[in-house]
Amino acid sequence: MIVEILTAAACLAAIGLLLGAALGFASKVFFVKEDERRAQIIELLPGANCGGCGFAGCANYADAIVNSGEPINRCPSCSSEVLEKISAVTGGKTAQVERKVAHIRCSGGNSIANKKYEYYGMTDCAAAARLLDGFMDCRYGCLGFGTCASVCPYGAISINDGVASVDKKTCVGCGLCVDACPKHVIDIIPANAKIYVQCSNHDKGAVTRQKCASGCLGCKICEKTCGVGAIKVTDNVASIDFALCTECGKCEEKCPKKIIKITQ
Amino acid sequence: MEISLASVFVLAINAVLVENLCLVKFLGICPFLGVSKKTDTAIGMGLAVTFIMTLSSFITWLVYHLILVPAKLEYLRTIAFILVIAALVQFVETALKKLVPSLYSALGIYLPLITTNCAVLGIAITNITENYGLVFSILNGMFCALGFTLAIWIFACVRERIEHCDIPKPFQGFPIALITAALLSFAFMGFSGMEF
Repeated sequence: MIVEILTAAACLAAIGLLLGAALGFASKVFFVKEDERRAQIIELLPGANCGGCGFAGCANYADAIVNSGEPINRCPSCSSEVLEKISAVTGGKTAQVERKVAHIRCSGGNSIANKKYEYYGMTDCAAAARLLDGFMDCRYGCLGFGTCASVCPYGAISINDGVASVDKKTCVGCGLCVDACPKHVIDIIPANAKIYVQCSNHDKGAVTRQKCASGCLGCKICEKTCGVGAIKVTDNVASIDFALCTECGKCEEKCPKKIIKITQ
Repeated sequence: MEISLASVFVLAINAVLVENLCLVKFLGICPFLGVSKKTDTAIGMGLAVTFIMTLSSFITWLVYHLILVPAKLEYLRTIAFILVIAALVQFVETALKKLVPSLYSALGIYLPLITTNCAVLGIAITNITENYGLVFSILNGMFCALGFTLAIWIFACVRERIEHCDIPKPFQGFPIALITAALLSFAFMGFSGMEF
């Protein structure tokens, strides 16, 4: 009896020891040197895994920085102090980042834009957009159910009167909302841009006028007013080249529909 | 059992559909529920399980027939298999990291998750109780794992769709997942009448 117990124990112990030795040996043979900078960078990155850098998560981005020399300024939510710390780790130069924010190119909403039909479905933009292109008369406008707000990891988007609006202080410009919006009404613009176009309707002026009180007519008045050629009307909607814009504010004054806005 | 095309085919149908690992035998339920929110993670998990289960069927068969049977210690198989499988997964992980980094990053987090997976152990023991030979053990391990992959993939597809549905509040999240799993299991019960 006691012999059987002892053989069983000895046998298992032998298997265990053997496996342990094999594992120990394997970890020596298959030793992969981990870059310690990687761990340091992961520590410094925000860890929200928002994907704004274009990689699957913060760890993947850290991998890319260390292994393939990816520039360190891809992370939209790193402040310049954090970037300095990262550049100290990588030994590279500090890269200047231009902070970007999301921008809703729609100023319609319940009281301004007309509705095609009354919608009583689930309160999700993606679902609503599948039903005859959404319940708004304007095919391009915000549906206001806040699918963008629900994907925002930073809580920067709120819905006011049926249109999403971005809190530019908390937004880091990661772009998750851009992908989530079924209407593609969200743009990423420089955070310091003061003037922007708040409409994305591509219909002709006469059609737009019937659909929304606040829609770009494509009248090109802004284009003619702009002294530096920063604003262009393409496909019946104005858009601003932020690199050229001098923020003079003339286009905002002249816009008949007041869809060019200035931040205070 | 003689190895022929027909017997392998029967084994495959049995392992994948009739005796499906999660939906009929209820093994490996934790990854089945845990990593089935998205189809790509589900497939990643499925592939990792396939890889490990095929390998562990081979190793555990050797351990059983070359060590435990001669030493008359058959009753130790559960504990011995746990030991062997855990060490095997660990070993494969370190080896892959060095030798095939691409596969390592593809299997990623799922590999260590399988260390303590009941499905892997369950199949190793089934291979012994069913008295399979070495080749059949390996094939059985592979087909069972493919059955697991199929089940978790279908489940993930359904769950991705459920995301867009208007679910009553008490059922949101895990409850609806369990109901879905139960319905899927019902569907697979349809195969249980098949006999060869």
